[in-house]
Amino acid sequence: MGASANKQSFDLPATGLRKFWLDFSESPTAVIALFVFLTILFIAIFAPWVSPSNPYDLTSVDIMNSRLPPGSEDFSGNFYILGTDGAGRDMLSAIFYGLRVSLGVGALSGLVALILGASIGLSAAYFGGRFETIMMRIVDIQLSFPSILMALIILAAFGKGVEKTIIALILVQWAYYARAARASALVEKNKEYVEAAHCLALGDRRIILSHIAPNCMAPLIVVGTLQTAHAISLEATLSFLGLGLPITEPSLGLLIGNGFEYMYSGDFWISIFPGVALLITIVSINLVGDQLRDMFNPRLQK
Amino acid sequence: MTAFILRRSLQSIVVLFIMSLIVFVGVNLVGDPVDMLINPEADQAEIDRVIRDLGLDRPVSEQYWYFVLNAFQGDLGRSFIFGEPALKLIVQRMPATMELALVSLLMAVVFGIPLGIYAGLKPTSKISKTIMAGSILGFSMPTFWVGIILIMFFSVHLGWLPSTGRGDVDTFFGVTSSVFTLDGLSHIFLPAFNLALFKLSSVIRLARAGTREVILQDYIKFARAKGLAESRVVRIHLLKNIMIPVITIIGLEFGSLIAFSTVTETVFAWPGMGKLIIDSIYNLDRPVVVAYLMIIVVIFVMLNLIVDILYSVLDPRVRIKGVS
Amino acid sequence: MDPILKINNLQTHFFTKAGILKAVDGVSFEIGAGEIVGLVGESGSGKSITGFSVMGLVDPPGKIIDGSINFKGQDLSALSNNQMQGFRGNRIAMIFQDPMMTLNPVLRIETQMIEAIQAHDGSISREDARIRSRDTLGLVGISSPDERLRAYPHQFSGGMRQRVSIAIAMLNRPDLIIADEPTTALDVTIQGQVISEMQKLCRETQTALLWITHDLAVVAGIADRVCVMYAGRIVEQGSVANIIANPMHPYTQGLMGSVPSQNRRGKPLQQINGMVPSMLNLPAGCAFQNRCNHANEKCSKIQPDITQLADRRQVRCFNVPAGQQV
Repeated sequence: MGASANKQSFDLPATGLRKFWLDFSESPTAVIALFVFLTILFIAIFAPWVSPSNPYDLTSVDIMNSRLPPGSEDFSGNFYILGTDGAGRDMLSAIFYGLRVSLGVGALSGLVALILGASIGLSAAYFGGRFETIMMRIVDIQLSFPSILMALIILAAFGKGVEKTIIALILVQWAYYARAARASALVEKNKEYVEAAHCLALGDRRIILSHIAPNCMAPLIVVGTLQTAHAISLEATLSFLGLGLPITEPSLGLLIGNGFEYMYSGDFWISIFPGVALLITIVSINLVGDQLRDMFNPRLQK
Repeated sequence: MTAFILRRSLQSIVVLFIMSLIVFVGVNLVGDPVDMLINPEADQAEIDRVIRDLGLDRPVSEQYWYFVLNAFQGDLGRSFIFGEPALKLIVQRMPATMELALVSLLMAVVFGIPLGIYAGLKPTSKISKTIMAGSILGFSMPTFWVGIILIMFFSVHLGWLPSTGRGDVDTFFGVTSSVFTLDGLSHIFLPAFNLALFKLSSVIRLARAGTREVILQDYIKFARAKGLAESRVVRIHLLKNIMIPVITIIGLEFGSLIAFSTVTETVFAWPGMGKLIIDSIYNLDRPVVVAYLMIIVVIFVMLNLIVDILYSVLDPRVRIKGVS
Repeated sequence: MDPILKINNLQTHFFTKAGILKAVDGVSFEIGAGEIVGLVGESGSGKSITGFSVMGLVDPPGKIIDGSINFKGQDLSALSNNQMQGFRGNRIAMIFQDPMMTLNPVLRIETQMIEAIQAHDGSISREDARIRSRDTLGLVGISSPDERLRAYPHQFSGGMRQRVSIAIAMLNRPDLIIADEPTTALDVTIQGQVISEMQKLCRETQTALLWITHDLAVVAGIADRVCVMYAGRIVEQGSVANIIANPMHPYTQGLMGSVPSQNRRGKPLQQINGMVPSMLNLPAGCAFQNRCNHANEKCSKIQPDITQLADRRQVRCFNVPAGQQV
């Protein structure tokens, strides 16, 4: 008889954040990546305080110190661990400030694109009909064109500048969010709890926002992480090409672009170090995103 | 099958029509077409003349009609910088871009599929983990930066390969390409590898995902139960099945290779249409930009069509039923 | 009569993250030449894994860790994968459960048949292999086999596809066919046809058949002998006639009781209480104790051994009626 039943002990399932962290920390790589990313985020937010100098304060930059190799010291005893660029700016400080711009632009455009795309995707799934057909056709067509091309089209039409770059990044990204939001909302809207909400005669707005949307967050977070990494990379590319951010807002891409001209003379550090910072940022976000995707993917769950 | 192709072609024409409308609206309604299409340094008389020529004084619907009519005749405006028809400029530079994109695609497929299959067959092995880590890295590295690193290492540091421009060309069977000369090959290697790297990562991921899925299917186990050698199971049974999604994506990715060649061509000073468009955006040479956009749209729509047809040829389930 | 397959104390375990899963735990049975043996059990009882173990097709993390699989005097479990390839599809063939999944969707039927012949006969020409394929298709009851060879799997119905799989299994005239629930996915009417044709084919060609199924009624119709599996072990085996007339293991009795039959019309069907225990967490003693009406204290402590009875009959239970033991 049920002898074995009482022998078994049941672990209470972990809930909420604890469960999330347990799942997440299954991959040590992802934990390291998260830690690295948080460090970068900290540096970006507090760049003016953690940088050795303000690279854009003209009084402290001396053109005489231009293109000093890493580990140099200038006549006034300032130490440049990553060297200086063509204008005599400390590379490390320039990278810290650059991270600030790159992450800021990436995060802002990602957030707006998330809100815009998710609203469209959720409404499309919820209301269906012609609205859905038309919106999803637009999404399909847009997604069949590479993001770099979309961004070039937009920048070619509007010209360059901070707002324009952000607008271009939003317009490039929204379709990914719309597709992800619609896909999960289509599944959610047929579940009982939505039916129950209908029976309570709740308004469409309320059902979408407080019932369906929270249950579609998981895939959106995954898309959001990977898209933000992509947006940062795209912004860097555009700025490198000289079509993105202006010189007054030097992002990592622009720093790399500035260093490109010195490379043939062997001054590798001006291009390489900002690139390494960019790479570490993108890789850490992608690794975190990959782990989130594996966690939320029902097909991979045990 | 014929009906299928016909229907798909019809759909493509509709998409082309919509895209031409979007480009037209973008040029004529969002921006000021006078600004967009006329050299900013032109005087008033010149501006009036061009406005008349372009029919900008007429109703919008009529303007669109002329835009399409001109486009069909290959007239997409004249470059401000070169003073030549924009279309001609682009067509001149197209072979260099196509050559670069094709060589990159070849590199991505030739290396990506075997690596992806290996990683899919032995997911826990050290080599597979290295492959996948490399693919995340390749996925994350911005193309332009990889290009810089390649130049720095192979051209500046080692001095093995040239870093700028296209090499000598030669003609074989009516195809003129730089891959037929040693000098050409040495020039194309770095930019092609640069462009391939990003696609290589996605081909690896795709081949791996496909392998992992197909390998669990009963027909693979049944093929083994028939006593087939493992190499045949992989080469025929596995490969044929994963090729369907891989070909689809590769076809679509070819378009994105052309798009990303804008970056690679700029880094390596490759004289293709990608470098032309970046220079043109930079110099506000708008007729060239518009012409490039129209050409790219045509290329994309054609690619989608070809991929769809290819897909149906590869998958007997679609081919024989005729409709999907 | 010398058996062509003799499995002795086969142990196939799966080394999963959650622990060691003993899918096959000490299975022993024999199949004589041309004999049809039914291997019956619920899903998860290890019957399919037993079949795959014979084929050498256990996927990781599964592994044969002990026991021998003696096929015509050769221990298959000791062979390398390359050596096994020579047996698979040649001397031992296998038919799978779901005919919709076993044929490769992107290859023509002829490709899939001819490769099976050429894999074991390097000298045969493609044309000869094609002729043999065509004839075998005809043998399993497929009309206009010449045309059908050029077709793709999706152009066949489920029953037809299963006939194609059977034809592929028969191509090299194997000594043994392992059929893993080959009729479960088919319509009932088609099931009957396929079963009787399989039986006829095997009898005519003197091919031994290991028929794996969860359906005791099917086995009763086709097999000479039956092995009943529960939780990775054979709990009872013997001739079909004996087992049907006098099931001894409580599990077999339960299975028999749950088969609808004309003799007990109007009476409610019996059912076996409870659930199959988790294979990762088997109780000490008899695996069936939780669901058994006769279980006593001994059953919860000691694993019952095999009791040999007359007529090559075996039962793994403490409660075998006295006087029947040899």
